Amino acid sequence: MNWLRLQMRAGLRAARQMLRQPFNTLLAALVVGIAAALPATGYMLLGNLQRLAGTVSAAPEISVFMQPAASADTVKDTEKKIRALLAKDGRVELISRDTALKRFRDNEGLSEILDALPENPFADAFVVRLKDADAQRLEALRSELSKLPEVEHVQLDSDWAKRLDALIALGRQALTMLAGVLGLGLVAVTFNTIRLQLLTQRDEIEVSRLLGATDAWIRRPFHWFGALQGLLGGVLAGLLALVATRMLAQPMGELAGLYSLEFVLRPLAALDWVVLLALCALLGWLGASASVRRHLSRIA
Amino acid sequence: MIRFEQVTKRYPGGHTALERVDIDIARGEMVVVTGHSGAGKSTLLKLLAVLERPTEGRVLVGGENVSALKRAALPYWRRSIGLIMQDQRLLFDRSAFDNVMLPLSISSHPPREAAKRVSAALERVGLAGREKAMPVELSGGEQQRLTIARAIVNRPQILLADEPTAHLDDAYARDIADLFRSFNEAGVTVLLTTHDGGLFERYAPRRLSLAHGTLQ
Ligand SMILES: Nc1ncnc2c1ncn2[C@@H]1O[C@H](COP(=O)(O)OP(=O)(O)O)[C@@H](O)[C@H]1O
Ligand SMILES: [Mg+2]
Repeated sequence: MNWLRLQMRAGLRAARQMLRQPFNTLLAALVVGIAAALPATGYMLLGNLQRLAGTVSAAPEISVFMQPAASADTVKDTEKKIRALLAKDGRVELISRDTALKRFRDNEGLSEILDALPENPFADAFVVRLKDADAQRLEALRSELSKLPEVEHVQLDSDWAKRLDALIALGRQALTMLAGVLGLGLVAVTFNTIRLQLLTQRDEIEVSRLLGATDAWIRRPFHWFGALQGLLGGVLAGLLALVATRMLAQPMGELAGLYSLEFVLRPLAALDWVVLLALCALLGWLGASASVRRHLSRIA
Repeated sequence: MIRFEQVTKRYPGGHTALERVDIDIARGEMVVVTGHSGAGKSTLLKLLAVLERPTEGRVLVGGENVSALKRAALPYWRRSIGLIMQDQRLLFDRSAFDNVMLPLSISSHPPREAAKRVSAALERVGLAGREKAMPVELSGGEQQRLTIARAIVNRPQILLADEPTAHLDDAYARDIADLFRSFNEAGVTVLLTTHDGGLFERYAPRRLSLAHGTLQ
């Protein structure tokens, strides 16, 4: 309780100090805010992209090609086995080698090629349509299917969805690195702000020492100063991300519409806000405490 | 109550500011230390406030060797004395009220009681009603009173003042001198330095004269 009260008073002293120089405070918070806004916006966009990828790969197709020599019985048997594998979350359609040949022949200008061949070059094939499945389920299914007897080749038609997933994973990694670098920048910015604050408040620090202030009492408001500045920056970052959402919502919606996709750009969720603010405050605190540890003893 | 035992202070660089000084001050005494510039007056007070430590000898207060206090114990020792340094060291970006509030906020006084004490201290030094004034709006004499209010707001038993009347016109200086006299009459042990000993003559205080670091 006593500890809490000491902390709160220190926080109040820090807040008062910030209000004493509103312009500087705002400027520093803006620097922090812009640094944090980049990863925050990126994070939000990636989240949305992932959701989009989820809806796109909702109806993926798998083509299963039999060996040309497979007998009609084997094909029937395979169809049963595929149905068993799918359970109820998909449909299977057989495209026999004759059907394939006919479809190919219907394409103008290609029939001559076929006439030149001694026999039907197509194999029997199945098209498997899944209701919805994530990349992992698809991959598992693909390997199951290719293990079936006399199956020549299995082709995943949602490869591009997988590529999108990979791209998102890559984006996430890049974002994490960016966030790391900018987080470090945030610590550095706070480190410097606090150094300047220590210089600005040099008189007060010296007088306080004369009047019997402990080191902890002197340090505490600077820690708060850093944390509050981080927090303020975090709020600005969140607001910037919000503005970005507003600005991107319409063009993204139109783009999605071109692919007949239902898509609404979602802003940061409440939990994202909490994480963002906590992280910014924490980094500010870290920068401040490092700066105080380094500079305080030199100043007074 | 305050005792210097064979105290010598040599500053780094070899300059000897005090040499084998013995002083004994009783509780409730008022002591005026006189001497020329460079005689060692400030050093004497700094040793008591443990802003400096003696090279040899010891400084005892109430039987305790304050020169041996650990760094972590110093803040608590400083809170128990009233200290008025040669340069006023007011915070010029704070109101008179906030300046006097500082020691109480350092010792974590409950704000409401602290505010009462601040007003009382300001009234005690004749600055009632000037709570909101900034130091630059105060005259030199008033600024000195503000420093004194800050030093007494913790109700110390010992008041140390380094040339509190320097740079003040005679009338102001006399007012300040009267103020210290009144604290002393209220039971506070007062130790102050001056190079104008005449100012305190009429209170017939105990007088210590320093020259080149030794007591005369
Ligand atoms: N921090 C210091 N470092 C070196 N010499 C000092 C320091 N402080 C004071 N002195 C020297 O010690 C002597 C006494 O100084 P001081 O106690 O300030 O005298 P007074 O207050 O009587 O003028 C002076 O010669 C001064 O130059
Ligand atoms: Mg002096």
